[in-house]
Amino acid sequence: MTASRIETRPADTQLTPAVPDEALWTRRHLLDLDDFTADELDLVMRTTGVMKEVLAREVPRVPALRGATIVTLFYENSTRTRASFELAGKVLGADVINVSASGSSVAKGESLVDTVKTLRAIGADLLVMRHHRSGAPYLASRHVACSVVNAGDGLHAHPTQALLDLYTITSHLDSVRGRKIVIVGDVLHSRVARSNLWSLSALGAEITLCAPPTLIPAGIGAGEGLLPPARIEHDFDRAVEGADVIMALRMQHERMTGGYVPGAREYARLYQVNARRVARAAPNALVMHPGPMNEGVEISHEVAHGLQSRVEEQVTNGVAVRMAVLWLMMRARPERPAANRGAL
Amino acid sequence: MSDGQIMSPPDVRRAITRIAHEVVEHNRGTQDLVLVGMRTRGVPLARRIAQAIASFEGADIPVGSLDVGLYRDDLADRGHRVSIQPSEMPDIRGKRVVLVDDVLYTGRTVRAALDALIDYGRPERIELAVLVDRGHRELPIRADYVGKNIPTQRTDDVQVRFEEIDGEDSVRVQSLRRAEAGR
Repeated sequence: MTASRIETRPADTQLTPAVPDEALWTRRHLLDLDDFTADELDLVMRTTGVMKEVLAREVPRVPALRGATIVTLFYENSTRTRASFELAGKVLGADVINVSASGSSVAKGESLVDTVKTLRAIGADLLVMRHHRSGAPYLASRHVACSVVNAGDGLHAHPTQALLDLYTITSHLDSVRGRKIVIVGDVLHSRVARSNLWSLSALGAEITLCAPPTLIPAGIGAGEGLLPPARIEHDFDRAVEGADVIMALRMQHERMTGGYVPGAREYARLYQVNARRVARAAPNALVMHPGPMNEGVEISHEVAHGLQSRVEEQVTNGVAVRMAVLWLMMRARPERPAANRGAL
Repeated sequence: MSDGQIMSPPDVRRAITRIAHEVVEHNRGTQDLVLVGMRTRGVPLARRIAQAIASFEGADIPVGSLDVGLYRDDLADRGHRVSIQPSEMPDIRGKRVVLVDDVLYTGRTVRAALDALIDYGRPERIELAVLVDRGHRELPIRADYVGKNIPTQRTDDVQVRFEEIDGEDSVRVQSLRRAEAGR
């Protein structure tokens, strides 16, 4: 009923943007955020604001991508990411087909390239792909004529998660420039942390990575590796001091027995985001987690569901961010490829 | 008129005042009236019409802004219209909505706007007000209120400028042929 009174981002009073967005967005694939400029991130955030308005309507459906076919191809289990992409596509009027590796021809030994070519050949305009191998979406993008969105590849990148994290942060803090953001947990195995590092540092955040030394990738701090520079702090109590945002990462069960940490209890004692530590952060600091949470391990139950938790908001924003990404990629594409281009 | 100016600032002002009077006259008052400006330049035009109505009727008309980017029917020849902005819509259910845009041309944007409006609820009726009707319709759509009818060639470029966005009020028609001849 009050379809108009929704939380949309500012910048609305400005009727003519300085740089035309058409010139800003030329991407056909979304594989990582490592080469995103601040202006591109801003365009995604503004577009997400528009999508929030659509989602707040009584009937959240628009015909923006009517006639487009989106295929989600998941080689790894996922509930929220896949559901989020599927809903995003449907709200925009696209047809969405879900393909899982198990129960498909992948299980019969078909190669990745053959699978994506087949999906393109049946008419996919855009492929949303999750794979346990880092770089798999890059390989796919080089062999098909349709757009490829990385929905998480191995330890490498999870760009839409970082974008929804950014939207969640900026909807509370306006800007991330100069903000203290602490990412705590298994940074070594986290594609979420890596993608967030790129976007948040492109926008000038002060990022601290916090974990035991076994869970920090080598060469990450000084920016000499393949990631932007960040502060490393092994003592979480010190790292959390005055933080504006605390991002906890999921601690996989297999890591706790894999020799990276002595055990779940030991890890929780030193690195759990709990009420005592949140109290040391800035007042009203945002507590975030990409999910699914191991409550009692990397985050305490009371904080996970407390007043400062933004976890549910992250999930909600995920749909709007993915709508923005799908819209931008489908719109920016120079032309609809001819049907036979799938057989490159 | 050497720079192709068709409407001067006073011309624009008078046209807006006349449209405002026509809207009120045709709707027999301001009861249930809502103005919806289409982004970008329909929005300041809708606000001006509302101000004019407020000045002679003393009634505050709700003004919404509508972005039709997500409703356009040109997905096939996509490539250039990435930019969208949030719509801000008042409640239009059961209301008399006057859709406002600066230029009426092919009618495709208006068609998209009609789809969008109906998604926000079922208005009692929808009317259309434009500052300039330049002809060349491709759909069965007409305006109920027109500031000025300007016959144009398809190759002409019609530029409407508003003080709020462009620093001045004016309507210009740049003829591509004329520009080439002058070169």
